[in-house]
Amino acid sequence: MKDEINSALSFREEASTIDVVPGKSLLSVKHVSKAFDDQWVLDNVSLDVEVGKTQVILGPSGSGKSTLLRCMNLLEPIDAGAIWFSGQEISAQLDRAHLVRRELSMVFQHFELFPHLNALENIMLAPTRIKGMSRVEAREKAMVLLEKVRIADKASLYPDQLSGGQQQRVAIARALAMEPKVMLFDEPTSALDPEMVKEVLDVMTSLSEAGMTSVVVTHEMAFAREAAQRVVFMEQGRIVEDVDKDAFFSGNVGERAQLFMSNML
Amino acid sequence: MSDALSIIAGYLVSWTFFEAALMTLALTLLAMLFGMLLGIIFALIQESRIKTLRGVVLIYLWLFRGTPVLLQIIFVFNVLPVFGIVLSGFVSGVIALSLNQGAYMTEIFRSGLQAVGKQQRIAGSALGMKQSQVMRFVVLPQALRIVVPPTGNQFMGMLKESALVSVIAVQELLLVADQTASANFRYLEALSTAAIYYLALTTIFMVIQTYIERWLAPRKHGAKVSWTQRLLRMTAQPRSSQ
Repeated sequence: MKDEINSALSFREEASTIDVVPGKSLLSVKHVSKAFDDQWVLDNVSLDVEVGKTQVILGPSGSGKSTLLRCMNLLEPIDAGAIWFSGQEISAQLDRAHLVRRELSMVFQHFELFPHLNALENIMLAPTRIKGMSRVEAREKAMVLLEKVRIADKASLYPDQLSGGQQQRVAIARALAMEPKVMLFDEPTSALDPEMVKEVLDVMTSLSEAGMTSVVVTHEMAFAREAAQRVVFMEQGRIVEDVDKDAFFSGNVGERAQLFMSNML
Repeated sequence: MSDALSIIAGYLVSWTFFEAALMTLALTLLAMLFGMLLGIIFALIQESRIKTLRGVVLIYLWLFRGTPVLLQIIFVFNVLPVFGIVLSGFVSGVIALSLNQGAYMTEIFRSGLQAVGKQQRIAGSALGMKQSQVMRFVVLPQALRIVVPPTGNQFMGMLKESALVSVIAVQELLLVADQTASANFRYLEALSTAAIYYLALTTIFMVIQTYIERWLAPRKHGAKVSWTQRLLRMTAQPRSSQ
């Protein structure tokens, strides 16, 4: 089953269009700080996301993980530092933010499908309305994506007729429809019932294995272990660990990350 | 009594009353049309970040929701000529009612826009939409559905409110009924006729509102619904909600 999806989820041609050498950083967070009401939520955070890699961000709630993710696609303004993407300082050109976001797709904790559109229309909306793709082409692509996330048979159903896991898979398809260079996942399984977590993680794992550059904020250790190349551990707005997955899971980390892991497992 | 009934029947089919009913309907539809236009524009302004314009809208809301409609009608009809703007009773009535209605529609549209959650807007932005695109493709389609029931109420309110322009001699239902009655002192018949017309019109509005609500409701059972199917559905029984 998984092989089948992997072959379908070929994003290699996508990656080849990126004018950055593989292995080099595609998205960089440089010394970013951000405050909400006098409280630092991000404190001098630096992070590099490499092409084709999956980076998992772990950490206790309130550690700034989601804020960091939202800063990456400029949904949250930063107070200091810079965000670089594809060789450009995107945080310095906020008037172009909407263009940047077409290449940095996001998947949300609560799915945020548009309730007035069915699954297919949710996926087609952005390609047709803002990319100017023809409806015929957008429909074909949307159906391919729905097949990839394995709910082609639900194409005509509305979000409130879908389970949480199904909604999240449609949301992933919707994000992929913009043919982004990076996928940002903001706790994509936190709002799901346990039995639906796997179906979403399977899709995400397939994407990672197909070489989609991803940043995933999650509490799913199993996903980090299976799909990630790098693991970042955050606490109180700071990056405490930023290491290879193997180093992280072999316990080659500091005391705080170890304590966090022992609480998770 | 049968005497009264036959007189009412006669009034109902008379051209005078029919014309007056058309006048009432025209006042209502025009005032609602302009009121809704003003409402959506002002609601969008209030959602925007342009402070001066927002201030202007606030003053407008304060003025038109804070004074009686009757005063506004008489004001437009009697005060504007002082500044050289002479308008017919009908135009004055439409202007006053539209401005008044615009204030209420602004509030209705604003609450509709606000009912679409912040996360939905963020989801639109995250797909690469500009603010105007988020508004057009994500917020407005959802907000319009929310504002249908209160807008329906406003329609019916306006139909009745339009009777107020009788004070500036617009030949609408109430004035015509009153004039007819004062000629022969048959108030029961004339006023009953006006009441029947009002009830007929409000009933039509209610039915239309029901259809619009059903039309806009998320279409279950999948596939795209053609216009023919929608028209057919109008004649069918209301589907029980799932």
